[in-house]
Amino acid sequence: MIRARSLTLSMLVAAVVVALAVVGFTPIQSASRDKIFAIPKGTWARRMSGNKVEILPDHIRLTLGIQDILVLHNQDNVPQIFGPTLMMPGQSFRLPFERAAEYTFACTAHASGQMTIVVEPNPNTLWARIRWRVIDLLSTLG
Amino acid sequence: MRRSIARLATVLLALAFAGSVGASNTGMPNSPPALKAGTFDPPRPAPELDLLGSNGGELKMSNYRGKVVLLAFGFTSCTAVCPTTLNTFAVARRKLAAAAAGVQVVYITVDPQRDNSARLKKYLGAFDPTFVGGTGTEQQLAAARKNYGVSATKQVVGDSYTYDHSSFTYLIDRSGRIRALMPYGHSPDDYVHDLTVLLKE
Repeated sequence: MIRARSLTLSMLVAAVVVALAVVGFTPIQSASRDKIFAIPKGTWARRMSGNKVEILPDHIRLTLGIQDILVLHNQDNVPQIFGPTLMMPGQSFRLPFERAAEYTFACTAHASGQMTIVVEPNPNTLWARIRWRVIDLLSTLG
Repeated sequence: MRRSIARLATVLLALAFAGSVGASNTGMPNSPPALKAGTFDPPRPAPELDLLGSNGGELKMSNYRGKVVLLAFGFTSCTAVCPTTLNTFAVARRKLAAAAAGVQVVYITVDPQRDNSARLKKYLGAFDPTFVGGTGTEQQLAAARKNYGVSATKQVVGDSYTYDHSSFTYLIDRSGRIRALMPYGHSPDDYVHDLTVLLKE
């Protein structure tokens, strides 16, 4: 009975070690390096009718080599100040980042008047990959 | 205990899976950007300017059709952003050597109270004598800022004032279309890269 328990425990510990190795050593891949935000059609009308519409978060997290291009789409039918720029209806804006840093942009769409983009270095070590995956999973889960 | 370890193993495997496929679900192509600056698609025509140039004449965007234009907004008393940006433009032009003849820097003031055309000319000439400044009435400059999505907020400091203003630069192609926006802080080499791409078109 005790031997069976310790065997089960050993197998679980081994599974954790293997899982940690997989999490830490497997390179992080991305189907796209674009982080996309869009102003849906009708946003201006909803704002004009008094609805508070938040599309861009105050803080955006990007990672070099994985997801390091900010893409903004204006799908509404009026020009919009979106992030750092004025965008015409149907227009897209694609902003790449090549350096890890914290970028602050004036953005009238935010109550604070600014938007911060944190660009993190590429997670190229075991612990960096584990940390990146934990943060990514937590942000996915909300 | 065993349940906790089993849960941990499950979470770790989920993490590995999430990292391999979950970084993005956009389905967009993974092509490398052609420019260091942020690009517009489709590019729109650069709105016309109706301002007084630092060279004494009218300042109009259409004057520079056929050249690649770097367009920035600021004020000559700016101590934080403008000197750095203008020096970056000057260094980039020097690095471009002969090709710099195809590049025009246009700098529009947000401070018409202090920045007349003579002051703009003197200030810009210290960076590069080819730079052209633009000034006008409050209304003319406000219209230009609105058309280009530029913000400028006056801040009173003691018995003087300053401005918080947009710090980016527009890159306008030879056809007069706003092709890209370079955020503040990029190096002269980044400008050289993008200007070279646009000059070759």
